[in-house]
Amino acid sequence: MDLIQIRGGNLVGHESDSQRTQYPYVTGTSVIGIKYKDGILIAADMGGSYGSTIRYKSVERIKPIGKHSLLGASGEISDFQEILRNLDELILYDNMWDDGNTLGPKEVHNYLTRMMYNRRNKFNPLWNSLVLGGVKNGQKYLGTVSMIGVHYEDNHVATGFGNHLAKPILRDEWHEDLSFEDGVRLLEKCMRVLLYRDRSAVNKLQIAKLTEEGVTVSPPYALKTHWEFNSFKNPTAGAEGSW
Amino acid sequence: MFRNQYDTDVTTWSPAGRLFQVEYAMEAVKQGSAAIGLRSKTHVVLGCVNKAQSELSSHQKKIFKVDDHIGVAIAGLTADGRVLSKYMRNECINYGFGYEGKLPVGRLVVQLADKAQVCTQRSWKRPYGVGLLVGGLDESGAHLYYNCPSGNYFEYQAFAIGSRSQAAKTYLERKFETFTDASKDELIRHAIFAIKETLQGEKLTSSTCTIAVLGVGEPFHILNQQAIEELIKSFEIAEEEPAADEPDAAPEVEQPAAGDQAAPPADEGAAPMEI
Repeated sequence: MDLIQIRGGNLVGHESDSQRTQYPYVTGTSVIGIKYKDGILIAADMGGSYGSTIRYKSVERIKPIGKHSLLGASGEISDFQEILRNLDELILYDNMWDDGNTLGPKEVHNYLTRMMYNRRNKFNPLWNSLVLGGVKNGQKYLGTVSMIGVHYEDNHVATGFGNHLAKPILRDEWHEDLSFEDGVRLLEKCMRVLLYRDRSAVNKLQIAKLTEEGVTVSPPYALKTHWEFNSFKNPTAGAEGSW
Repeated sequence: MFRNQYDTDVTTWSPAGRLFQVEYAMEAVKQGSAAIGLRSKTHVVLGCVNKAQSELSSHQKKIFKVDDHIGVAIAGLTADGRVLSKYMRNECINYGFGYEGKLPVGRLVVQLADKAQVCTQRSWKRPYGVGLLVGGLDESGAHLYYNCPSGNYFEYQAFAIGSRSQAAKTYLERKFETFTDASKDELIRHAIFAIKETLQGEKLTSSTCTIAVLGVGEPFHILNQQAIEELIKSFEIAEEEPAADEPDAAPEVEQPAAGDQAAPPADEGAAPMEI
């Protein structure tokens, strides 16, 4: 006898339509991207959290896509890997045409938006927030896509906690034609704030640069942190439970 | 080509290695009214001769906009051409939706050619009986392609298809070396002259031909009748160039009493002037 099962508030067919909104398991935290004079800079740390545990500390969350784009992702790492596989196929077919035409960052961004939105419509999202940056024919491009398909372009974008902690800094201090050094300095400032305040941040980050000439992903390095603030000593001295 | 025992369906080879049905389809293209195309580095101009069923009807539509950056002129079975144009438009729209960019014309023509090839290898289909001159832009500039019913496609600097297209081709062969750097207006001028060649004596008016233009920074559009009328007038005033083997030498009507004294224009030993 076929009984209608109700589980967790959702009607579940007995043929286990297995795909429903999932939960993320291994996640990356914020990604920040900015445009600068020569192209795009994207920063992300290398942490892969398993819930509240920082389980993996060498996860590369920024990858080059084709000749003209960089993709950074926060959220479920396995979904990011799935996205990379899809994009790999996309770029492969694009290259196979071998006709002088290539997919630029705008095209990749739009393709990702379609991918994320279509999955969201099936109640089976790819649990990521993506930052897609690139340069083609001198034109700089920087955009973001969320797991529900919300997408936009801007001069500076951030995902996750970066939206709350990094964006205000970027809004104040970003300007057109940043030099490479200034851009990196700006990103490091944001990453440092995230390191202090985001519990899933780890002190091992990469900054990737993309210009007309190509892509460079920096080797991992750590930020200097300063803990010798007076307020951190005897934290309860002034008022009990102030922290 | 005569009827033979190997031409009943497209999936039968002849002993000489030919597919007659495909070749018959290409004949259909040759019977259609002429279409021409030419390109420079930045622009493509398509033109066609308008044919109407009767004086009462309007003329066949032979030039189609596929997208802002791609247009097509057809010759042959116009119904097949219309259907293929719809396919091309669909492909462009889908690409734009998925990638927010313009489908490179080089990729569209390959898809079109693959579609045509399918019809040469199925026993329940017939080849499309239409030749397509596809003009469009991609990252490397302007391109002109010709798609055959056989499933082949070629890129051209300039080409003409349909009936009496050889006359246009001859004209284009003389002039094509100047096309790459020609201006848009020069290209249009050459297009009109090429169409004039295919008319071979019939009057060239704005109602007997259609011209369409597309280019870098200029979306595809069909020139309106008045614009063509003005262009034709300006060319007639300017007279045709005194090329050595121009079949219709410009009649010099302004010279009365030229009589037999009048030296023929630049061409030597050409047909006498019509006065």
